[in-house]
Amino acid sequence: MDVVVQQTVNALALGGTYALLALGLAMVFSVLGLINFAHGELMTVTGYAMYFVLTAGLPFEIAVLVGIVAAIATAMLMERVAFRPVRNAGTATMLLTSFAVSTILHMLFQNLISARPKALPVPDWMIGALNIAGFDIGVIQLMSISATALLLFALTVFLRRSTLGIAMRAASLDFPVTRLMGINANMVISTAFAISGLLAGVAGVLWLAQRGSVDPLMGFLPVLKAFIAVVLGGLGSLSGAVLGGFTLAFIEVALRAFLPDDWLPFRESIALALVILLLLVRPEGLLGRKEAIR
Amino acid sequence: MSNEAALLSVEGLVVRYGAIEAVRGADLSVRQGEIVTLLGANGAGKSSILNAIMGLVPVAGGRVVLEGNDVGGEPPEKIVRRGMTLTPEGRRVFANLTVAENLSIGAATRRDRAEVEATRSDMLELFPILAERRDQLAGTLSGGEQQMLAIARSMMSQPKIVLLDEPSLGLAPQIVDTIFELIVRLRDRGATILLVEQNVELALEIADRGYVLASGAIALEGSARELSASGDVERAYMGAH
Repeated sequence: MDVVVQQTVNALALGGTYALLALGLAMVFSVLGLINFAHGELMTVTGYAMYFVLTAGLPFEIAVLVGIVAAIATAMLMERVAFRPVRNAGTATMLLTSFAVSTILHMLFQNLISARPKALPVPDWMIGALNIAGFDIGVIQLMSISATALLLFALTVFLRRSTLGIAMRAASLDFPVTRLMGINANMVISTAFAISGLLAGVAGVLWLAQRGSVDPLMGFLPVLKAFIAVVLGGLGSLSGAVLGGFTLAFIEVALRAFLPDDWLPFRESIALALVILLLLVRPEGLLGRKEAIR
Repeated sequence: MSNEAALLSVEGLVVRYGAIEAVRGADLSVRQGEIVTLLGANGAGKSSILNAIMGLVPVAGGRVVLEGNDVGGEPPEKIVRRGMTLTPEGRRVFANLTVAENLSIGAATRRDRAEVEATRSDMLELFPILAERRDQLAGTLSGGEQQMLAIARSMMSQPKIVLLDEPSLGLAPQIVDTIFELIVRLRDRGATILLVEQNVELALEIADRGYVLASGAIALEGSARELSASGDVERAYMGAH
């Protein structure tokens, strides 16, 4: 029983990080039709921003704040500089642009900072565990779960209640008609990137707190996982992205916990095989729209 | 044509898709309080004209003058703020948004909440079925209801002029009659309407004036009465093929 609770908490914490990242990808995809492969680099930017703030001797809390703001600013800058000029050139062009942005950022990190990992010391109070109802729950896990819950709640309220939020949902359904409502296209897209930056920034902080270091390529694996989560949940569906993130995390954590030792090296392949299996059963993803909706 | 009195006038409009010239120098005008209909066979360029007027497709030549300002080439969101809007062909309501949300977003350009609520209750009174279906997703409405929602959504911005693209498309004859009655009621309340239609007879019944488009140019124009009395409209249609 103990193990089950412990592993559920682990899965929720990991799933939260995946969900935030996947949601950021899905947010941009829903309004622009772009899978932004430079999304992972936003986490890296958060990491380096935190590293510099900490090196300057400022407290960890400030580093977190600066890290998240840096991710938001970078996301909006990416949109303005790289994606806006090619917006009407088709999705393939935008996709390639996102690879270019990703590669350029890798190069900049490697050449201007370092190819080697930089340590990101986490304060002592984050390392321990709290005893809740007889279970030892890691502080970082707890933070992951609550940050995810809070952000998902805030985002839901924003999308349901505010005019801009409703406009973003409308834009994901029919962009030209949304513009016919007098809604500024740049505003909607820029907001989508800002939100994706916020989500990647928070996910970055959580991811970095686990790893304790930042390196130029650290964004690659999480964005790959987020991409899998988005496809698994159903491309274009925001709640699907969240569900996909949690599903992927539960599969991974379950395999890590319960697979026999000999099999452990294959756990990633087994996890992906399970994802493929799910997609064979539901090709449109867990919450994807079937094309037949009329 | 008394252009100085026109709310909207289109002069020598050209629309191109690549090498294809879909509209080749069309002139038309709409005065305050009129229903003007733009007729023509499939592919004559009716929707292209509306889309170009609204800035959804580029204007390759000519002018689009709204209240004395050339708005040709402006993005749609800016044109909507100037007081012109389009109810697109095929309704295109936001299927995964509720009826109420569809209406709210129609008023996105307006700041005064009390005034927006006044327009909303106005629209719900005019389209009572929308009041009943308020919290339903727009995608679950019938075709006729979706058309009503699309029109009401357009009216939420309090436009000076509405472009209606094929409101009868795909609807049962009875529903079409209802929609056309509602269009007349909108005009009676002071709306100015440019109506694109396939249903020539019905369109000429409610319109003040009409234009007939053939192969991207205006082939015929006149009062609705003249156009329905003469057999020229059908001839212009045939000439398009």
